[in-house]
Amino acid sequence: MRFINSQDIIEKVAAAVIKANTVLPTDVFKAIANALVYEDSLTARNIIEIILQNAHIAESEGMAICQDTGLVVVNVCLGQDVHIVGTSLETAINEGVRIAYKAGYFRNSVVNDPILRVNTNDNTPVIINYQLVSGKELSLTISPKGAGSENMGQLAMLKPLVGLKGVKDFVLEVVKKASANPCPPIIVGVGIGGNMEKAVQLAKGAVLRPINLRNELAYLADFELELLKAINELGIGPQGLGGRTTALAVNVEVFATHIASLPVAVNLSCHATRRVTIRI
Amino acid sequence: MKHLTTPLREKDIVNLQIGEEVLISGVIYTARDMAHKRMYEAILKGEELPLNLSGQILYYTGPSPSPPDRVIGSAGPTTSNRMDDYSELLLAQGLKGMLGKGNRAEDVVKAIIKYQAIYLATIGGAGAYLAKRIIASSIIAYPELGTEAIRRLEVEDFPAVVAIDVRGNNVYKDF
Repeated sequence: MRFINSQDIIEKVAAAVIKANTVLPTDVFKAIANALVYEDSLTARNIIEIILQNAHIAESEGMAICQDTGLVVVNVCLGQDVHIVGTSLETAINEGVRIAYKAGYFRNSVVNDPILRVNTNDNTPVIINYQLVSGKELSLTISPKGAGSENMGQLAMLKPLVGLKGVKDFVLEVVKKASANPCPPIIVGVGIGGNMEKAVQLAKGAVLRPINLRNELAYLADFELELLKAINELGIGPQGLGGRTTALAVNVEVFATHIASLPVAVNLSCHATRRVTIRI
Repeated sequence: MKHLTTPLREKDIVNLQIGEEVLISGVIYTARDMAHKRMYEAILKGEELPLNLSGQILYYTGPSPSPPDRVIGSAGPTTSNRMDDYSELLLAQGLKGMLGKGNRAEDVVKAIIKYQAIYLATIGGAGAYLAKRIIASSIIAYPELGTEAIRRLEVEDFPAVVAIDVRGNNVYKDF
Protein backbone atom coordinates (compact mmCIF):
# COMPACT_ATOMS: atom_id res chain seq x y z
CA MET A 1 0.00 0.00 0.00
CA ARG A 2 1.27 3.46 -0.94
CA PHE A 3 -0.17 6.67 0.54
CA ILE A 4 -0.56 9.82 -1.57
CA ASN A 5 -1.59 13.07 0.07
CA SER A 6 -4.36 14.96 -1.72
CA GLN A 7 -2.43 18.23 -1.29
CA ASP A 8 0.32 16.76 -3.46
CA ILE A 9 -2.28 15.94 -6.14
CA ILE A 10 -3.74 19.47 -6.01
CA GLU A 11 -0.32 21.09 -6.55
CA LYS A 12 0.71 18.74 -9.35
CA VAL A 13 -2.62 19.05 -11.14
CA ALA A 14 -2.45 22.87 -10.95
CA ALA A 15 1.07 22.91 -12.43
CA ALA A 16 0.09 20.45 -15.16
CA VAL A 17 -3.02 22.44 -16.13
CA ILE A 18 -0.92 25.61 -16.50
CA LYS A 19 1.61 23.71 -18.63
CA ALA A 20 -1.11 22.11 -20.77
CA ASN A 21 -2.66 25.49 -21.57
CA THR A 22 0.61 27.24 -22.42
CA VAL A 23 2.94 24.62 -23.93
CA LEU A 24 2.03 22.83 -27.16
CA PRO A 25 3.01 19.12 -27.09
CA THR A 26 6.26 18.50 -29.03
CA ASP A 27 4.74 15.94 -31.43
CA VAL A 28 1.98 18.39 -32.38
CA PHE A 29 4.42 21.30 -32.86
CA LYS A 30 6.68 19.14 -35.05
CA ALA A 31 3.78 17.98 -37.21
CA ILE A 32 2.62 21.58 -37.77
CA ALA A 33 6.18 22.67 -38.64
CA ASN A 34 6.46 19.72 -41.01
CA ALA A 35 3.45 20.99 -42.96
CA LEU A 36 5.67 23.79 -44.31
CA VAL A 37 7.61 21.14 -46.25
CA TYR A 38 4.74 20.28 -48.57
CA GLU A 39 2.29 23.20 -48.23
CA ASP A 40 2.56 25.47 -51.26
CA SER A 41 -0.39 27.86 -50.84
CA LEU A 42 0.96 31.19 -49.61
CA THR A 43 -1.99 31.82 -47.28
CA ALA A 44 -1.68 28.32 -45.83
CA ARG A 45 2.04 28.86 -45.23
CA ASN A 46 1.42 32.23 -43.57
CA ILE A 47 -1.20 30.68 -41.28
CA ILE A 48 1.13 27.85 -40.30
CA GLU A 49 3.93 30.34 -39.55
CA ILE A 50 1.56 32.32 -37.31
CA ILE A 51 0.44 29.15 -35.51
CA LEU A 52 4.10 28.24 -34.83
CA GLN A 53 4.88 31.78 -33.63
CA ASN A 54 1.78 31.61 -31.44
CA ALA A 55 3.17 28.50 -29.73
CA HIS A 56 6.47 30.28 -29.05
CA ILE A 57 4.73 33.35 -27.61
CA ALA A 58 2.41 31.26 -25.44
CA GLU A 59 5.25 29.19 -23.99
CA SER A 60 7.76 31.99 -23.46
CA GLU A 61 5.24 34.46 -22.02
CA GLY A 62 3.01 31.99 -20.16
CA MET A 63 -0.06 32.96 -22.18
CA ALA A 64 -2.88 30.60 -23.12
CA ILE A 65 -2.18 29.03 -26.55
CA CYS A 66 -5.85 29.63 -27.32
CA GLN A 67 -8.27 31.82 -25.35
CA ASP A 68 -10.66 28.88 -25.32
CA THR A 69 -8.99 27.00 -22.49
CA GLY A 70 -12.07 24.83 -22.60
CA LEU A 71 -13.55 22.18 -20.48
CA VAL A 72 -10.91 20.09 -18.71
CA VAL A 73 -10.94 16.31 -19.03
CA VAL A 74 -8.78 14.26 -16.68
CA ASN A 75 -8.17 10.58 -17.42
CA VAL A 76 -7.14 8.89 -14.19
CA CYS A 77 -5.20 5.61 -14.04
CA LEU A 78 -5.22 4.69 -10.38
CA GLY A 79 -2.98 1.87 -9.16
CA GLN A 80 -5.02 -0.40 -6.90
CA ASP A 81 -2.30 -0.33 -4.22
CA VAL A 82 -2.63 3.45 -3.81
CA HIS A 83 -4.49 4.99 -0.90
CA ILE A 84 -5.31 8.71 -1.14
CA VAL A 85 -5.20 10.62 2.16
CA GLY A 86 -6.98 13.94 2.80
CA THR A 87 -9.74 15.05 0.43
CA SER A 88 -11.24 12.81 -2.26
CA LEU A 89 -9.42 12.47 -5.58
CA GLU A 90 -12.31 14.26 -7.32
CA THR A 91 -12.11 17.21 -4.92
CA ALA A 92 -8.33 17.41 -5.31
CA ILE A 93 -8.46 17.43 -9.12
CA ASN A 94 -11.14 20.13 -9.19
CA GLU A 95 -9.19 22.23 -6.69
CA GLY A 96 -6.02 21.94 -8.82
CA VAL A 97 -7.94 23.14 -11.88
CA ARG A 98 -9.54 26.00 -9.91
CA ILE A 99 -6.10 27.24 -8.77
CA ALA A 100 -4.57 26.95 -12.27
CA TYR A 101 -7.32 28.89 -14.06
CA LYS A 102 -6.99 31.78 -11.62
CA ALA A 103 -3.19 31.82 -11.52
CA GLY A 104 -2.82 31.42 -15.30
CA TYR A 105 -5.40 34.10 -16.18
CA PHE A 106 -7.23 31.47 -18.21
CA ARG A 107 -10.79 32.04 -19.37
CA ASN A 108 -13.55 30.40 -17.37
CA SER A 109 -15.56 28.62 -20.03
CA VAL A 110 -17.83 26.35 -17.98
CA VAL A 111 -21.53 26.95 -17.26
CA ASN A 112 -23.32 25.10 -14.46
CA ASP A 113 -26.17 23.68 -16.52
CA PRO A 114 -26.65 23.21 -20.29
CA ILE A 115 -29.96 25.09 -20.27
CA LEU A 116 -29.69 27.52 -17.33
CA ARG A 117 -26.11 28.47 -18.34
CA VAL A 118 -24.62 30.30 -15.37
CA ASN A 119 -20.81 30.51 -15.48
CA THR A 120 -19.23 28.65 -12.54
CA ASN A 121 -16.41 31.23 -12.60
CA ASP A 122 -13.63 28.77 -11.80
CA ASN A 123 -13.77 26.42 -14.82
CA THR A 124 -14.97 23.50 -12.72
CA PRO A 125 -16.42 20.91 -12.68
CA VAL A 126 -13.86 18.79 -14.48
CA ILE A 127 -14.85 15.66 -16.43
CA ILE A 128 -13.02 12.73 -14.82
CA ASN A 129 -12.67 9.22 -16.29
CA TYR A 130 -11.36 6.56 -13.92
CA GLN A 131 -9.43 3.43 -14.74
CA LEU A 132 -8.26 1.08 -12.00
CA VAL A 133 -4.95 -0.59 -12.82
CA SER A 134 -2.40 -2.73 -10.99
CA GLY A 135 0.51 -1.12 -9.17
CA LYS A 136 1.29 1.81 -6.89
CA GLU A 137 1.20 4.71 -9.31
CA LEU A 138 -1.36 7.43 -9.93
CA SER A 139 -1.25 8.74 -13.49
CA LEU A 140 -3.35 11.66 -14.73
CA THR A 141 -3.72 12.79 -18.34
CA ILE A 142 -5.02 16.33 -18.39
CA SER A 143 -6.56 17.71 -21.57
CA PRO A 144 -8.29 21.10 -21.69
CA LYS A 145 -10.26 21.28 -24.93
CA GLY A 146 -12.11 24.10 -26.66
CA ALA A 147 -15.60 23.84 -28.10
CA GLY A 148 -14.73 24.77 -31.70
CA SER A 149 -13.44 21.29 -32.43
CA GLU A 150 -15.42 19.38 -29.79
CA ASN A 151 -18.72 20.61 -31.27
CA MET A 152 -17.90 19.00 -34.64
CA GLY A 153 -17.64 15.35 -33.50
CA GLN A 154 -20.22 12.73 -34.51
CA LEU A 155 -21.33 9.16 -33.84
CA ALA A 156 -22.86 6.67 -36.30
CA MET A 157 -24.23 3.20 -35.74
CA LEU A 158 -23.33 1.65 -39.11
CA LYS A 159 -24.39 -1.68 -40.58
CA PRO A 160 -21.60 -4.18 -39.86
CA LEU A 161 -21.05 -5.27 -43.46
CA VAL A 162 -20.13 -1.77 -44.71
CA GLY A 163 -16.71 -2.48 -43.18
CA LEU A 164 -13.74 -0.13 -43.49
CA LYS A 165 -15.17 1.48 -46.62
CA GLY A 166 -18.28 2.54 -44.66
CA VAL A 167 -16.13 3.83 -41.82
CA LYS A 168 -13.99 5.84 -44.23
CA ASP A 169 -17.05 7.41 -45.88
CA PHE A 170 -18.40 8.45 -42.48
CA VAL A 171 -15.08 9.95 -41.31
CA LEU A 172 -14.79 11.98 -44.52
CA GLU A 173 -18.39 13.17 -44.16
CA VAL A 174 -17.66 14.41 -40.61
CA VAL A 175 -14.47 16.21 -41.66
CA LYS A 176 -16.18 17.86 -44.66
CA LYS A 177 -19.10 19.03 -42.55
CA ALA A 178 -16.72 20.39 -39.90
CA SER A 179 -14.71 22.26 -42.55
CA ALA A 180 -13.02 25.32 -40.97
CA ASN A 181 -14.84 25.17 -37.63
CA PRO A 182 -12.54 22.78 -35.70
CA CYS A 183 -9.49 24.98 -36.52
CA PRO A 184 -7.57 22.85 -39.01
CA PRO A 185 -4.98 21.43 -39.29
CA ILE A 186 -6.81 18.99 -37.04
CA ILE A 187 -6.17 15.68 -35.34
CA VAL A 188 -8.86 13.12 -36.13
CA GLY A 189 -9.71 10.51 -33.50
CA VAL A 190 -11.76 7.53 -34.69
CA GLY A 191 -13.28 4.93 -32.36
CA ILE A 192 -14.65 1.78 -33.97
CA GLY A 193 -16.57 -0.97 -32.16
CA GLY A 194 -17.95 -1.58 -28.69
CA ASN A 195 -21.35 0.12 -28.28
CA MET A 196 -22.39 3.79 -28.36
CA GLU A 197 -20.53 4.79 -25.22
CA LYS A 198 -17.44 2.70 -25.96
CA ALA A 199 -17.05 4.04 -29.50
CA VAL A 200 -17.02 7.60 -28.15
CA GLN A 201 -14.54 6.68 -25.42
CA LEU A 202 -12.29 5.09 -28.05
CA ALA A 203 -12.44 8.17 -30.27
CA LYS A 204 -11.68 10.47 -27.33
CA GLY A 205 -8.74 8.25 -26.35
CA ALA A 206 -7.52 8.12 -29.97
CA VAL A 207 -7.36 11.90 -30.28
CA LEU A 208 -5.07 12.03 -27.22
CA ARG A 209 -2.58 9.45 -28.52
CA PRO A 210 0.74 11.08 -29.60
CA ILE A 211 0.37 11.68 -33.33
CA ASN A 212 3.75 10.25 -34.29
CA LEU A 213 2.57 6.79 -33.15
CA ARG A 214 0.51 4.56 -35.43
CA ASN A 215 -1.90 1.84 -34.29
CA GLU A 216 -0.08 -1.39 -33.42
CA LEU A 217 -2.36 -3.45 -35.66
CA ALA A 218 -0.94 -3.31 -39.20
CA TYR A 219 -4.31 -3.05 -40.94
CA LEU A 220 -5.29 -0.12 -38.74
CA ALA A 221 -1.94 1.64 -39.15
CA ASP A 222 -2.51 1.41 -42.93
CA PHE A 223 -6.09 2.63 -42.52
CA GLU A 224 -4.90 5.65 -40.49
CA LEU A 225 -2.57 6.66 -43.33
CA GLU A 226 -5.24 6.01 -45.97
CA LEU A 227 -7.69 8.25 -44.07
CA LEU A 228 -5.06 10.97 -43.61
CA LYS A 229 -4.32 10.99 -47.34
CA ALA A 230 -8.03 11.14 -48.24
CA ILE A 231 -8.69 13.96 -45.73
CA ASN A 232 -5.76 16.02 -46.97
CA GLU A 233 -6.94 15.60 -50.56
CA LEU A 234 -10.16 17.42 -49.61
CA GLY A 235 -8.28 20.73 -49.86
CA ILE A 236 -9.90 22.28 -46.76
CA GLY A 237 -6.45 23.39 -45.55
CA PRO A 238 -5.33 25.42 -42.54
CA GLN A 239 -8.33 27.35 -41.11
CA GLY A 240 -10.44 26.07 -44.02
CA LEU A 241 -8.86 28.64 -46.33
CA GLY A 242 -7.42 26.05 -48.72
CA GLY A 243 -4.27 23.95 -48.80
CA ARG A 244 -2.87 20.48 -48.38
CA THR A 245 -2.83 20.36 -44.59
CA THR A 246 -6.33 19.65 -43.31
CA ALA A 247 -5.25 17.02 -40.77
CA LEU A 248 -1.95 16.39 -38.99
CA ALA A 249 -2.83 12.79 -38.17
CA VAL A 250 -5.64 10.26 -37.92
CA ASN A 251 -5.60 7.99 -34.87
CA VAL A 252 -7.87 4.95 -34.86
CA GLU A 253 -8.74 2.69 -31.92
CA VAL A 254 -10.93 -0.43 -32.00
CA PHE A 255 -12.72 -2.72 -29.54
CA ALA A 256 -14.83 -5.88 -29.72
CA THR A 257 -18.46 -5.32 -30.68
CA HIS A 258 -21.87 -6.99 -31.06
CA ILE A 259 -22.55 -9.24 -34.10
CA ALA A 260 -25.17 -6.73 -35.27
CA SER A 261 -23.20 -3.52 -34.58
CA LEU A 262 -20.54 -1.33 -36.13
CA PRO A 263 -20.45 1.83 -33.99
CA VAL A 264 -18.11 4.57 -35.22
CA ALA A 265 -17.33 7.78 -33.36
CA VAL A 266 -15.24 10.62 -34.75
CA ASN A 267 -13.75 13.18 -32.38
CA LEU A 268 -11.89 16.14 -33.86
CA SER A 269 -9.21 18.18 -32.15
CA CYS A 270 -7.74 21.50 -33.27
CA HIS A 271 -4.09 22.27 -34.07
CA ALA A 272 -3.87 23.56 -30.48
CA THR A 273 -4.41 20.09 -29.04
CA ARG A 274 -3.42 20.29 -25.41
CA ARG A 275 -2.45 17.37 -23.17
CA VAL A 276 -0.09 16.67 -20.29
CA THR A 277 0.39 13.38 -18.45
CA ILE A 278 1.69 13.38 -14.88
CA ARG A 279 2.69 10.42 -12.75
CA ILE A 280 2.54 10.64 -8.99
CA MET B 1 -0.78 42.90 -48.23
CA LYS B 2 -3.73 45.35 -48.06
CA HIS B 3 -4.23 47.60 -45.06
CA LEU B 4 -7.74 48.26 -43.75
CA THR B 5 -8.44 51.11 -41.36
CA THR B 6 -11.65 51.38 -39.37
CA PRO B 7 -14.29 52.70 -39.57
CA LEU B 8 -14.71 51.04 -42.97
CA ARG B 9 -16.04 53.04 -45.89
CA GLU B 10 -17.65 51.39 -48.90
CA LYS B 11 -14.68 52.24 -51.12
CA ASP B 12 -12.32 50.46 -48.69
CA ILE B 13 -14.04 47.13 -49.16
CA VAL B 14 -15.74 46.97 -52.58
CA ASN B 15 -12.58 45.84 -54.33
CA LEU B 16 -11.52 43.23 -51.80
CA GLN B 17 -11.38 39.71 -53.20
CA ILE B 18 -11.85 36.43 -51.36
CA GLY B 19 -8.60 34.84 -50.25
CA GLU B 20 -6.89 38.23 -50.06
CA GLU B 21 -4.87 38.79 -46.88
CA VAL B 22 -5.41 42.07 -45.04
CA LEU B 23 -4.05 43.85 -41.95
CA ILE B 24 -6.62 45.74 -39.88
CA SER B 25 -5.77 48.87 -37.86
CA GLY B 26 -8.00 51.09 -35.78
CA VAL B 27 -10.89 50.37 -33.42
CA ILE B 28 -12.89 47.14 -33.57
CA TYR B 29 -15.50 45.83 -31.13
CA THR B 30 -15.79 42.35 -29.63
CA ALA B 31 -19.15 40.61 -29.52
CA ARG B 32 -20.04 36.94 -29.28
CA ASP B 33 -23.18 34.92 -28.53
CA MET B 34 -24.68 36.78 -25.56
CA ALA B 35 -23.79 40.28 -26.78
CA HIS B 36 -25.42 39.47 -30.13
CA LYS B 37 -28.57 38.29 -28.41
CA ARG B 38 -28.67 41.48 -26.29
CA MET B 39 -28.15 43.82 -29.24
CA TYR B 40 -30.70 41.90 -31.33
CA GLU B 41 -33.32 42.19 -28.61
CA ALA B 42 -32.52 45.87 -28.07
CA ILE B 43 -33.06 46.62 -31.79
CA LEU B 44 -36.37 44.73 -31.82
CA LYS B 45 -37.54 46.70 -28.77
CA GLY B 46 -36.48 49.97 -30.42
CA GLU B 47 -33.87 50.65 -27.75
CA GLU B 48 -30.60 52.41 -28.44
CA LEU B 49 -27.55 50.20 -28.96
CA PRO B 50 -24.50 50.68 -26.70
CA LEU B 51 -22.41 51.53 -29.77
CA ASN B 52 -22.96 53.04 -33.20
CA LEU B 53 -22.40 50.14 -35.59
CA SER B 54 -22.02 52.32 -38.66
CA GLY B 55 -18.84 51.35 -40.54
CA GLN B 56 -17.63 49.16 -37.67
CA ILE B 57 -16.16 45.67 -37.46
CA LEU B 58 -17.47 43.20 -34.87
CA TYR B 59 -14.85 40.66 -33.76
CA TYR B 60 -16.24 37.34 -32.54
CA THR B 61 -14.04 36.61 -29.55
CA GLY B 62 -14.21 35.92 -25.84
CA PRO B 63 -10.71 36.83 -24.67
CA SER B 64 -8.80 35.41 -21.72
CA PRO B 65 -8.67 37.70 -18.67
CA SER B 66 -6.01 40.41 -18.89
CA PRO B 67 -3.02 39.77 -16.62
CA PRO B 68 -1.97 42.91 -14.64
CA ASP B 69 0.92 43.76 -16.97
CA ARG B 70 -0.93 43.22 -20.26
CA VAL B 71 -3.53 44.95 -22.44
CA ILE B 72 -5.48 41.72 -22.89
CA GLY B 73 -5.11 37.95 -22.58
CA SER B 74 -5.20 35.54 -25.52
CA ALA B 75 -7.87 36.71 -27.97
CA GLY B 76 -8.41 34.54 -31.04
CA PRO B 77 -11.66 34.17 -33.00
CA THR B 78 -14.57 31.92 -32.08
CA THR B 79 -16.78 29.99 -34.56
CA SER B 80 -18.82 32.60 -36.45
CA ASN B 81 -21.86 30.53 -37.39
CA ARG B 82 -23.30 30.84 -33.88
CA MET B 83 -23.85 34.52 -34.67
CA ASP B 84 -25.60 33.83 -38.03
CA ASP B 85 -29.18 34.36 -36.86
CA TYR B 86 -28.36 37.83 -35.51
CA SER B 87 -26.11 39.21 -38.25
CA GLU B 88 -28.63 40.55 -40.76
CA LEU B 89 -30.26 42.87 -38.26
CA LEU B 90 -26.85 44.25 -37.23
CA LEU B 91 -25.79 44.73 -40.86
CA ALA B 92 -29.02 46.71 -41.35
CA GLN B 93 -27.75 49.06 -38.61
CA GLY B 94 -24.67 49.87 -40.70
CA LEU B 95 -22.23 47.18 -39.53
CA LYS B 96 -19.62 46.83 -42.31
CA GLY B 97 -17.35 44.03 -41.19
CA MET B 98 -17.52 40.76 -39.28
CA LEU B 99 -14.35 39.04 -38.08
CA GLY B 100 -14.34 35.43 -36.90
CA LYS B 101 -13.64 31.95 -38.18
CA GLY B 102 -15.49 29.41 -40.32
CA ASN B 103 -18.30 29.51 -42.86
CA ARG B 104 -21.56 31.47 -42.61
CA ALA B 105 -25.17 30.58 -43.42
CA GLU B 106 -26.59 31.37 -46.86
CA ASP B 107 -28.83 34.07 -45.29
CA VAL B 108 -25.76 35.88 -43.97
CA VAL B 109 -24.13 35.79 -47.42
CA LYS B 110 -27.30 37.35 -48.90
CA ALA B 111 -27.30 40.04 -46.20
CA ILE B 112 -23.61 40.74 -46.88
CA ILE B 113 -24.48 41.43 -50.54
CA LYS B 114 -27.57 43.46 -49.62
CA TYR B 115 -25.72 45.72 -47.17
CA GLN B 116 -22.36 45.69 -49.03
CA ALA B 117 -20.36 44.38 -46.08
CA ILE B 118 -17.45 42.00 -45.66
CA TYR B 119 -16.71 38.85 -43.68
CA LEU B 120 -13.13 38.34 -42.59
CA ALA B 121 -11.52 35.23 -41.10
CA THR B 122 -8.62 35.33 -38.71
CA ILE B 123 -6.62 32.49 -37.20
CA GLY B 124 -8.38 30.27 -34.69
CA GLY B 125 -6.05 28.95 -32.00
CA ALA B 126 -3.56 31.80 -32.39
CA GLY B 127 -4.89 33.83 -29.46
CA ALA B 128 -1.50 34.65 -27.96
CA TYR B 129 -0.15 35.93 -31.29
CA LEU B 130 -3.29 37.95 -32.02
CA ALA B 131 -3.26 39.51 -28.53
CA LYS B 132 0.04 41.14 -29.48
CA ARG B 133 -1.77 43.07 -32.23
CA ILE B 134 -4.20 44.57 -29.72
CA ILE B 135 -2.80 47.77 -28.22
CA ALA B 136 -5.75 48.92 -26.08
CA SER B 137 -8.84 47.27 -24.64
CA SER B 138 -11.78 48.49 -22.58
CA ILE B 139 -15.25 47.17 -21.79
CA ILE B 140 -17.95 49.45 -23.17
CA ALA B 141 -21.14 47.43 -22.66
CA TYR B 142 -22.66 44.49 -20.79
CA PRO B 143 -19.80 44.10 -18.25
CA GLU B 144 -21.91 41.52 -16.40
CA LEU B 145 -21.34 39.16 -19.33
CA GLY B 146 -17.66 38.77 -18.38
CA THR B 147 -15.70 37.46 -21.37
CA GLU B 148 -18.84 37.98 -23.50
CA ALA B 149 -19.01 41.73 -22.75
CA ILE B 150 -18.54 44.18 -25.62
CA ARG B 151 -14.97 45.46 -25.67
CA ARG B 152 -13.52 48.33 -27.66
CA LEU B 153 -10.19 47.13 -29.01
CA GLU B 154 -7.55 49.20 -30.67
CA VAL B 155 -5.68 46.98 -33.09
CA GLU B 156 -2.57 47.44 -35.18
CA ASP B 157 -1.88 45.25 -38.23
CA PHE B 158 -4.34 42.61 -37.09
CA PRO B 159 -4.14 39.79 -39.71
CA ALA B 160 -7.20 38.44 -41.52
CA VAL B 161 -8.26 36.87 -44.80
CA VAL B 162 -11.25 38.01 -46.87
CA ALA B 163 -13.65 35.08 -46.55
CA ILE B 164 -16.87 36.50 -48.07
CA ASP B 165 -16.67 39.60 -50.24
CA VAL B 166 -19.30 42.26 -51.04
CA ARG B 167 -20.42 40.25 -54.08
CA GLY B 168 -21.08 37.19 -51.94
CA ASN B 169 -18.11 35.16 -53.19
CA ASN B 170 -17.11 32.68 -50.51
CA VAL B 171 -13.63 31.32 -49.80
CA TYR B 172 -14.92 28.23 -48.01
CA LYS B 173 -15.35 25.03 -50.00
CA ASP B 174 -18.88 23.84 -50.59
CA PHE B 175 -18.92 20.01 -50.48
